[in-house]
Amino acid sequence: MKRLLKPLLIAAAMIAAISGAAIVPARALVEIDVNKGVVEPLPIAITDFLSADALGAEISGIVAADLQRSGLFAPIDRAAFIEKISNPDAAPRFEDWKVINAQALVTGRVSQEPDGRIRAEYRLWDTFAGQQLSGEQFFASQANKRRIAHIIADAIYERLTGEKGYFDTRIVFIDESGPKNQRTKRLAIMDQDGANARFLSDGRAISLTPRFSPNRQEITYMSYESGQPQVYLLQLETGQRELVGNFPGMTFAPRFSPDGQKVIMSLLRDDGNSNIYTLDLRSRTTTRLTDSSAIDTSPSYSPDGSQIVFTSDRGGRAQIYVMNADGTNQRRISFGEGTYSTPVWSPRGDLIAFTKQSGGEFQIGVMRIDGSGERILSTGFSQEGPTWAPNGRVLMFFKEPAGAGGPRLYSVDLTGRNEQPIQSPNFASDPAWSPLLE
Amino acid sequence: MRRIATLTRNPAVIALVMALAVTGCASKKIPNNAADIGLGGAGSATPGSQQDFTVNVGDRIFFDTDSSAIRADAQATLSRQAQWLSQYPTYAITIEGHADERGTREYNLALGARRAAATRDFLVARGVPATRLRTISYGKERPVAVCDNISCWSQNRRAVTVLGGAGS
Repeated sequence: MKRLLKPLLIAAAMIAAISGAAIVPARALVEIDVNKGVVEPLPIAITDFLSADALGAEISGIVAADLQRSGLFAPIDRAAFIEKISNPDAAPRFEDWKVINAQALVTGRVSQEPDGRIRAEYRLWDTFAGQQLSGEQFFASQANKRRIAHIIADAIYERLTGEKGYFDTRIVFIDESGPKNQRTKRLAIMDQDGANARFLSDGRAISLTPRFSPNRQEITYMSYESGQPQVYLLQLETGQRELVGNFPGMTFAPRFSPDGQKVIMSLLRDDGNSNIYTLDLRSRTTTRLTDSSAIDTSPSYSPDGSQIVFTSDRGGRAQIYVMNADGTNQRRISFGEGTYSTPVWSPRGDLIAFTKQSGGEFQIGVMRIDGSGERILSTGFSQEGPTWAPNGRVLMFFKEPAGAGGPRLYSVDLTGRNEQPIQSPNFASDPAWSPLLE
Repeated sequence: MRRIATLTRNPAVIALVMALAVTGCASKKIPNNAADIGLGGAGSATPGSQQDFTVNVGDRIFFDTDSSAIRADAQATLSRQAQWLSQYPTYAITIEGHADERGTREYNLALGARRAAATRDFLVARGVPATRLRTISYGKERPVAVCDNISCWSQNRRAVTVLGGAGS
């Protein structure tokens, strides 16, 4: 964490529409070091946004909750505030904020447009430098009031850390209810903070492992709805479902390619082993990438689409392998104690997250793409299935306690710090993080 | 769901059942044997009925951790199944492969499939026509025993021969 020392020339009211918010990059108030983590979160004062009704405070409250959950910011108790902001367009009394150690200050206003839309403005101030760091305004329908708050939180996060935010995102997951031996498992979606949860399937058939397409308009998942477990596509907008391919056996473990043109998945062979295939969604051609008398599953593309990481037990126990996108040059990269599975390539391309089983426990960890530098981020009785936030700084996974309880979602920093439960309507598993909406 | 009757065929597993009673596994709470689901004891089922198969033949076999090898005790059960299925040829059969919870979801789907295939292949080698058999994997999604120790996990690593079709 560093103070911003150099004065910055930023227009007092940088007005941007919701679609094209360009923010001038500047030095970060918060520096993220993945090896050490941020020891001390940045104290930030987030004032209630002015509005004629409760909406202003609701939106600024969502902004504060997002920033707090990131672990990089410590919103200051509003009871400690000295200055009451009555005009968010005017410079605040910086001394009043410095004295309560607010290094950054957020002010704002929310109003209704004649056409019914919400207009939300915010300003971010560096209190010690005594200047505005950024200011934007956004318009959205009433239905998108939480999104407007997440977009503001993303803008503040990016301005203060120099990293892209991840708050205006959603999670697809499996909602689990009922006793463990007869559990209903259905598709569901919610905002990354657990709000706006809704179901995408009725729960008559088990559904598992949903994953977003790169444009986040579709998900691919596995379901038992035909009686045979198979991979499907679901259009989120229309609810339209479609079987992926026409394979004779079970298909499972699907993910999209980074260009969204292919689904990569496992296909069960008649001898009981599983190989990795791609299905091109336009040409409908299938390509087999592995051909081993072993379990080859959980494929995940590198963000540039040139490589694929996957799980195989061809060496005796489950380990992580990497191959070129055409199936050539298959090589093992995990060599630690125990077994490794569910590898997922980071959106930054530099790391692979995985589930490891060792010494009777489950761990979530990351390693470099050559298998070196393994770092365990979380250890417990049962936890698996990491998914990356689009900025590659946070992972979500699911964790199940021993006994008859059920799984819940958690997030953890790439540093291994700040493990946090994610709210969900019931038990929840198989989270998959959406990309940021452009 | 009907495992005690099956297991009493096998002395090695009777010890396991007793161990479960002592440790008070939560699996006691779910109907887990023939009596619980009103099937009556061994011998009372009509020959050729589903109950006969479940109670007198044994509808499931168990596997070692992370293995799909058919154990010696399982070979005995499957040989009885093959004989019974030849005697009652109208049943179509689904073999369900399952895994315990000590593995990840996708890997366990594959492992359950491999167990179901190994079970199918054994029955085919014992003379059951392959055309009567289909397989399905439930991975770790359908445990019969719910607790957090080794004895429960061993009950969940299973392949279950489910009768369907004409006779069911």
